[in-house]
Amino acid sequence: MRLPLSAMIGLVLTGAFLFVAVFAHWIAPYPIDMSVGGVWEPPSAQYWLGTDTIGRDIVSRLIYGAQVTIFVALASSILAFSLGSFLGFLAAVRGGWIDQGLSRAVDLVMAVPSLIVALVLLSVLPLNLTVLILVIGILDSTRVFRLSRAVAMDITVMDYVEAAKLRGEKQTWIIFREILPNALSPLVAEFGLRFIFAVLFISTLSFLGLGIQPPLTDWGGMVKENKDGLIYGKAAAMMPAMAIAALAISVNLVADWILSRTSSLKGGRGG
Amino acid sequence: MVDALLEFRNLKIEATAYPPGEPPKHVVLVHGVSVSVEKGKVLGLIGESGAGKSTIGLSAMAYGRGGVRLTGGEIILNGRDIRGADAGALRALRGKEVTYVSQSAAASFNPAKRLMEQVIETSVSHGIMTKPQAEARAVSLFRQLSLPNPETIGQRYPHQVSGGQLQRVMTAMALCPKPDLVIFDEPTTALDVTTQIDVLAAIKRAIHETGVAALYITHDLAVVAQVADHILVLRHGKKVEYGTTDQIINAPQDAYTQALVSVRSIDHVEKPEAAAVLSVQGITARYKGTRFDVLKNVTVDLAPGQTLAVVGESGSGKSTLARVITGLLPPSGGRINFAGRTLSPDLANRSKDDLRELQMIYQMADTAMNPRQTVGTIIGRPLEFYFDMTGEAKRHRLQELLDQIEMGAGFADRYPAELSGGQKQRVCIARALAAKPKLIICDEVTSALDPLVADGILKLLLDLQARENVAYLFITHDIATVRAIADKIAVMFKGQVVRYGQKTDVLAPPFDDYTDLLLSSVPEMKLGWLEKVIQTRKMEAGGN
Repeated sequence: MRLPLSAMIGLVLTGAFLFVAVFAHWIAPYPIDMSVGGVWEPPSAQYWLGTDTIGRDIVSRLIYGAQVTIFVALASSILAFSLGSFLGFLAAVRGGWIDQGLSRAVDLVMAVPSLIVALVLLSVLPLNLTVLILVIGILDSTRVFRLSRAVAMDITVMDYVEAAKLRGEKQTWIIFREILPNALSPLVAEFGLRFIFAVLFISTLSFLGLGIQPPLTDWGGMVKENKDGLIYGKAAAMMPAMAIAALAISVNLVADWILSRTSSLKGGRGG
Repeated sequence: MVDALLEFRNLKIEATAYPPGEPPKHVVLVHGVSVSVEKGKVLGLIGESGAGKSTIGLSAMAYGRGGVRLTGGEIILNGRDIRGADAGALRALRGKEVTYVSQSAAASFNPAKRLMEQVIETSVSHGIMTKPQAEARAVSLFRQLSLPNPETIGQRYPHQVSGGQLQRVMTAMALCPKPDLVIFDEPTTALDVTTQIDVLAAIKRAIHETGVAALYITHDLAVVAQVADHILVLRHGKKVEYGTTDQIINAPQDAYTQALVSVRSIDHVEKPEAAAVLSVQGITARYKGTRFDVLKNVTVDLAPGQTLAVVGESGSGKSTLARVITGLLPPSGGRINFAGRTLSPDLANRSKDDLRELQMIYQMADTAMNPRQTVGTIIGRPLEFYFDMTGEAKRHRLQELLDQIEMGAGFADRYPAELSGGQKQRVCIARALAAKPKLIICDEVTSALDPLVADGILKLLLDLQARENVAYLFITHDIATVRAIADKIAVMFKGQVVRYGQKTDVLAPPFDDYTDLLLSSVPEMKLGWLEKVIQTRKMEAGGN
């Protein structure tokens, strides 16, 4: 099968972002928090993207920021998926009051905008990476719950699930062996999209000052630090903003490609 | 061939298939078929699934379903080749010269529009007649097709008429623009056997009275024998045999046609009555949230190593009976004795042995197997689960089971998608057998299969019964299948058992009215059977 151009671009860019994030310490030309030049220097041979509000190298900070941003987004997406899909499958398989209880609880959380819930929680709880990951992961898991419950509902009516029930299989076998393998493709595609939402969410929180705290840095925080420069025509804030956009687009291209290859439960789109 | 209305000359049809996870494949669906239809005559196209009969049928209006291409030969309609005609010419001929009646009427009507509006739509849009003229013609067609209240039925919505009526309304829709040719694509396959006969008779009369030519596509030779003048037998997209209906039915030349004609002639002598392994006593059941009993005081017995056939049309409660016995639907009254103990009404409270000894095989083998598990996993799981078998012992038993269903060792690593319809059903049988059950509930296990494949499955089931002494509760709507496999029969109608006993007693007169209707509705491979039955039967099908 030939890889479509858009998927190729997405894969290469996503791969590059991951590579940079993992090997940040070896790649970054300067340390994360050292002032190496003047304030808001324009791009030059020495500082490829210029320097920031207190003279730190923007390229280096983008690279370290990638590490933090991608790590937190990935960790919270994995948490959201483990939690959301397990509960979603459970609700679909058990039905009855378990389904009702979980679904209404999720409705309740989703009725309040996530950002407000996150802001309230983060102003009460201690600010560290673990808390951040937990808050984002749990809030995001409500979306995953909805999707996985719907996908599993389509699968639980299949005769092979009934056959497993008649055989006397336990709930865990039905969820992990009968349903999960058949629900995997739509969930994997959704994972890409949820990961992007997590990136945007962290960036937003950091921009508002409740996300990643110094001395660590992430892209949203970098936009915040440098936003005043925009008034003076300094482009420093644009660099992390463009990094966020580039990551979002490249992961979306990959997710789109996975979704188009996914043979759906009812025959699939093929091609 | 003086008056050939439609002629296929060396028709070749190809398509590109997209198997999941594999590169696209090029397939030839029809290999150079030539046949013609004369004015006012009916040509029956017959063959198993994949024979190319629907593909050929649709090509009569130069149409190919998703990705299907008409790549070679000529399609001569009214003296001109329509293959490769431009879109405008095709639009002019479809719905005017050639019309189409599909298998599923329920899926073919727009549920938001009244029937009349849909019936006259093509006639008016093609400018063949004005709206009042078209409506008048529609009403007269409704009358010809024996629809109740022909003047007013057009004002109803599709959900307000029954499936058999809807199929006849679709026939009226196809006949309304006075076409030269109508394509009937399995028009009665989705209907109950007792309804099918009325629709079939109505279609036959309408064809005769309007003088239209028709292509009649079906997999059931007995059905096509009632309506067609000529029959073309197809297999794997190739012509097998062509002849008059009389010749095909009474003197088939080709071996494949002969097999089709003699299908369902398994001889099964019933076994004598014996002590019961399964005893269903006074079961009454209803679905949650309804106030209607789907089963009313059902009492049946089944002896070890014997087969009880539960017969009835859709809605008679036969599948519900299976759900009650398996414990999926706890009954509101009555009890079930199985292998000397009383079964708990609820699945959750049954012992592992109860579950093991009572297995089930489904109608659709496709959805009964997890598409992400190999045949080895599917059949192997009951071995692990019930007998804690692992390693060599499990592998050995697995092979034994594969041998029993007449499939080789290589199949253990295959996925369901790589099997044919018959092989899938065989794997489901092996999965049930793996549990060493005393009773297997077979829910319409052959009705989704082609006749010859279904025959093979029935023979296998009989063979396994003789060897393993397993009892079958065999749910079906097909009397021919019942004759082939049953020792005892329970005829169900509206949730009740209306006739019950040994096979020979149930199938011998005097009949009650419903059993008579059911038995007489099964198409027989005889010319003139349809007319005879319509004249002599005692009761008309309800809700047709």
